[in-house]
Amino acid sequence: MYRILTAVLLMALVTYIPRALPMTFFKKRLTSRFIRSFLYYVPYAALGAMTFPAILYSTGDLTSALFGMVVALVLAFYEKGLLIVALSAIAAVFLSQILL
Amino acid sequence: MLFRDPDFKYGLKKGIPIALGYIPVAFTFGLLAVSGGIPPSIAVLISLTNLTSAGQFAGTKLIIAGVPLFEIALTTFVINIRYLLMSFALSQKLVPNTSLLKRALISFGITDEIFALAALEKEDTSFSFIMGLLCLPYWGWALGTALGAVICSVLPELVQNAMGIALYAMFIALVVPGSKKSRAVLAVVAIAVTISSLFTWAPWLEQVSAGWSTIIATLAACLAGAIFFPREEV
Repeated sequence: MYRILTAVLLMALVTYIPRALPMTFFKKRLTSRFIRSFLYYVPYAALGAMTFPAILYSTGDLTSALFGMVVALVLAFYEKGLLIVALSAIAAVFLSQILL
Repeated sequence: MLFRDPDFKYGLKKGIPIALGYIPVAFTFGLLAVSGGIPPSIAVLISLTNLTSAGQFAGTKLIIAGVPLFEIALTTFVINIRYLLMSFALSQKLVPNTSLLKRALISFGITDEIFALAALEKEDTSFSFIMGLLCLPYWGWALGTALGAVICSVLPELVQNAMGIALYAMFIALVVPGSKKSRAVLAVVAIAVTISSLFTWAPWLEQVSAGWSTIIATLAACLAGAIFFPREEV
């Protein structure tokens, strides 16, 4: 039990530290155009890298994942909200697993 | 007063989809932890103190496997390295003069999804907004874990499989509109996706862990973006 609690505490620390260090260290606005451009792209790059190809392995089989992904891409292209896109992708995966 | 702040309320509202998306994922986590012999209370404690998906899944699997503490900490840390970049990006988007204490508080809530929503806001983000934004996802994450830990029976496999795509679909919903409007953003996303694909499928490169793969792909794509498509309004 003691080992588990120590592990949980360590995990919490190594999760918090990378989240807190830059946020508390860079209190001033950096004015470099290069850095500001770089940071502007971070959410897009990070989400892109995290989504693909991981999404293909998120449902247990490739076919249903592809269906879900295509549905999400199409709805996102028409700028539907987060919930609509997520629920439709879930439905697409579910249906393709039943029907195919 | 934080709870009356319109920014807080706006954040709360924006956090609803994230919270709903977190519940099934956390449910799976609760189930995994308890079926590996971790008490339900500890499973919830992990979610309340870690508030991260990939990191706490991996860490908990290692706890169950009886791996040494140092290795658990190191593996979890590597998975979390991406937060350095996200935290850096948010530090530059926060309303100037936000105090150190407030910065330290909201740092706790920088998950992939909360970061993405905050970073893609048009205006600078305030302390109240981020507090509102992380509020519901935080409790959704804990609630989902508790449900998974206590109910402790597997959801029908088909339902569980289908839920697995939820957070990725949200990522797509966040990235595609921006990529549609700007060729620079589209190029950056394409580079990031190409690199992460190489780290998944290319021989030799596939050995790189997911934690490093994400950070390398993000760094390279953003560097390319900053070099080839520097932004006008900065």
